[in-house]
Amino acid sequence: MSTTTDVNVPSPTPPGAPRVPLAQRLQGLGGNARQYGIFGALVVIVLLFQVLTDGKLLLANNVAALFQQNAYVMILAIGMVMVIVAGHIDLSVGSVVAFVGGIVAVTMRDPIGLPWITAVLVGLAVGALVGAWQGFWVAYVGIPAFIVTLAGMLVFRGLALVVVGETLAGLPSAFIRISKGSLPNVLGFVNNMDVVTLAIGGLAIAALALTQVRARRALRRHDLHVEALGLFVAKIAMIAVGIGVLTVILSFSAGGTPIVLVIVGVLVVAYSFLMGRTVFGRHIYAIGGNRQAAALSGVNTRKVDFWIFVNMGLLAGVAAIVTTARAGAAIAAAGQNFELDAIAACFIGGAAVTGGIGRIAGAIVGALIMGVLNMGLSILSVDPSWQMAIKGMVLLLAVAFDLLNKRRAGTQ
Amino acid sequence: MDTEHILEMRGITKTFPGVKALSDVTLAVRRGEIHAICGENGAGKSTLMKVLSGIYPHGTYEGDIVLDGEVQEFRGIRDSERQGIVIIHQELALSPYLSIAENIFLGNERAQRGVVDWNRTNAEAARLLARVGLAERPDTRVSDIGVGKQQLVEIAKALSKEVRLLILDEPTAALNDEDSAHLLGLIEGLRAEGITSIIISHKLNEIEAIADTTTIIRDGQTIESLPMRGDVRVTEERIIRGMVGRPLDHRFPEHTPSIGDEVLRIEDWTVHHPVDQARKVVDGASLTVRRGEIVGLAGLMGAGRTELAMSVFGRSYGTRISGRVYKDGHEVTVGTVQQAIAHGIAYATEDRKRFGLNLIDTVQHNVSAAALGKLARGGVVDREAESKIAEQYRKDLNIRTPTVAALVGKLSGGNQQKVVLSKWIYADPDVLILDEPTRGIDVGAKFEIYTIINRLADAGKGVLVISSELPELLGVCDRIYALSQGRVTGEVARADATQEHLMHFMTMDKDGIAR
Repeated sequence: MSTTTDVNVPSPTPPGAPRVPLAQRLQGLGGNARQYGIFGALVVIVLLFQVLTDGKLLLANNVAALFQQNAYVMILAIGMVMVIVAGHIDLSVGSVVAFVGGIVAVTMRDPIGLPWITAVLVGLAVGALVGAWQGFWVAYVGIPAFIVTLAGMLVFRGLALVVVGETLAGLPSAFIRISKGSLPNVLGFVNNMDVVTLAIGGLAIAALALTQVRARRALRRHDLHVEALGLFVAKIAMIAVGIGVLTVILSFSAGGTPIVLVIVGVLVVAYSFLMGRTVFGRHIYAIGGNRQAAALSGVNTRKVDFWIFVNMGLLAGVAAIVTTARAGAAIAAAGQNFELDAIAACFIGGAAVTGGIGRIAGAIVGALIMGVLNMGLSILSVDPSWQMAIKGMVLLLAVAFDLLNKRRAGTQ
Repeated sequence: MDTEHILEMRGITKTFPGVKALSDVTLAVRRGEIHAICGENGAGKSTLMKVLSGIYPHGTYEGDIVLDGEVQEFRGIRDSERQGIVIIHQELALSPYLSIAENIFLGNERAQRGVVDWNRTNAEAARLLARVGLAERPDTRVSDIGVGKQQLVEIAKALSKEVRLLILDEPTAALNDEDSAHLLGLIEGLRAEGITSIIISHKLNEIEAIADTTTIIRDGQTIESLPMRGDVRVTEERIIRGMVGRPLDHRFPEHTPSIGDEVLRIEDWTVHHPVDQARKVVDGASLTVRRGEIVGLAGLMGAGRTELAMSVFGRSYGTRISGRVYKDGHEVTVGTVQQAIAHGIAYATEDRKRFGLNLIDTVQHNVSAAALGKLARGGVVDREAESKIAEQYRKDLNIRTPTVAALVGKLSGGNQQKVVLSKWIYADPDVLILDEPTRGIDVGAKFEIYTIINRLADAGKGVLVISSELPELLGVCDRIYALSQGRVTGEVARADATQEHLMHFMTMDKDGIAR
């Protein structure tokens, strides 16, 4: 047997094990910290413009308009963040918005003249079909999404011109209400505040707090790592205050809760669940993080890729409906640069260019940052050319800041 | 001036947020020697070399780097290269679509007023290639040569920079025996020319063969410096003892197999190369694995071991695949990875970073990746159950991570490998193919991996282990197949197996004639 007995611990655990570097412990927080950062940036930008515009930014009607004007970006960003997390890109969504908008308008108008609700369903179906077409080339033929959707950008812009000509106006007012209308004020007013809006806000806060507390309790029950209680409470309190303030402001607006805000809200909740809780969502992150490892773990990568693009098409359809309703007409030139707005929102919201990282909430916050910039600069009557330049710089700086942060956090 | 030592690192301390990676490390390298640095993964070897080469610039660490008696303050890798210190990393840093000559002079182009002098470039490259013994044309694309030759190109590149101190980080980790021998011979040749080398390696037999001095680092500290050419012979066991702080009486756990019925049979399996489709990479291979049995697959690089395994695992490699796969005696179709998994076949890759893990995701998400369906109802993942499962594997397999919500990319190689194993154990297959399960893992973790393999066999699973380390196969396997040029050239029971015996089969040419 061994002749040396004067050695250290003869344990099966080799030395060097118990060192748990602090950096690693903090790493678990890293993803969240990043999200908080973006959230903070939004708050700072809102406050900045609130001051610069002498309080005009947060006037009730401006806030309602903010959502009505930017609903399309948020809707597209939801789909885009999934595309980007999977390691792809979609350059065609602007053209698809114009094309589907044209289809919807044609379906509603004479000589076809179907009910507007049918037209909406047709629009969604066509959007999904467009997505399936692009998904087929990306997933099953293996052409990079950049190329497929660059082609799609041209193809669907062309088809939009064919379908629309230039402009197709005269759409039913019920359809136009989707973007311009608000929820009916059926519960009356208290102190001039719309009760429906207040109720929705209250419910949102309650639901949020409840799900967070339940998730935390579940983790605790299994002795799993939870964030510090103070941090947890502060987080919920901050979000509650945010929603609360927004609710009160909106309840003073001319119409109350804009319908598009409800659409966006439902989509955000549904897609956050899809990305965070379902097998499909998990597969998207797995593919984006390491496509080959995912494939060798039994993930059907082609199928996932395909459905991501179908979904992007579907959401482009939703955006097309919102955009067309807002304009009150289908316009062949609609949707210009929408793809860039959506992509920018995702990257400002913390998505990684290399895929695998990104959240729905982040993309929405990214979209809001762009929206607030737009609105604030418009109120200040900054020249649109300068607005564009400023937005470009914000995109660049947001990503640069993110990158420097990560580098400082010390990737060994 | 100190003429004996070309390099002295004195009292080097390097701290990362919350961790002391190096603590008062000293290293003295004599002029013209081959100096080996040994230590378990995470001991601090690579950090030390990054300090030396200026990747961690002066000011981010404490202590002194003394080169030829002068204290150096490197601000970056360019500074250290100007002093003749060149580091060759484990992951080669060559640009695959450039030629050998272009790679050699990358960043150091043979040019006049910004215009590359191609004749000079290629001529000088040819001279350097001759010096490192690489018989390739300088204009060959780097992607067209094997990894062994690429390693030589890296050395040629180092020589072009007038290297005085060459640092090689795991230079032979990806090389077969022949290429390793050539490389080690080359390093010895450079010693004769007066070039000092520092070599980091897990392959202790190589260190024993070529090193003049071995410094052992453990937990960020210098443990000892052993002269290798002294009166007392320094054995592998002696080095291991220094690395782990205890003698390793048993490098392999005791195991008495209880072998049952056949669980996997592969018959007449032929696979063609995905690009060069006329070439047979696997040629009519047949093998069986029984329940409770650990079967080894030996072969030199290019013998087709990984290709055989991956092609069986849902045609993840190769084209024009033919042959039959039987699972529990019934022929099964394994056309996709999903089908293979459904038939209870799992394959844990040799390259965990590229093919095994999502490094930017958490431990728990990686553990569940191959069997997420088991944790989901109606497509919705039960995250609680998922965390519990991951937590259970963390305990069972002794995965050292602060929490299962930590990123896998932050774990050490051994712990990453345990995450890969957890993933496949949780998928609960009947047959596990483990491709190089202990590659790049330190000695202590290897023992733990072997224990896990034994437990899997005891649970009635068939295990097929692919390994380049013959002692490992002899230590853990009940039966070993040898592969050469895509054919099964031999089958040896544990009782009859010796390294020589296996090597005989592994070097046979495909017609069964020993080379």
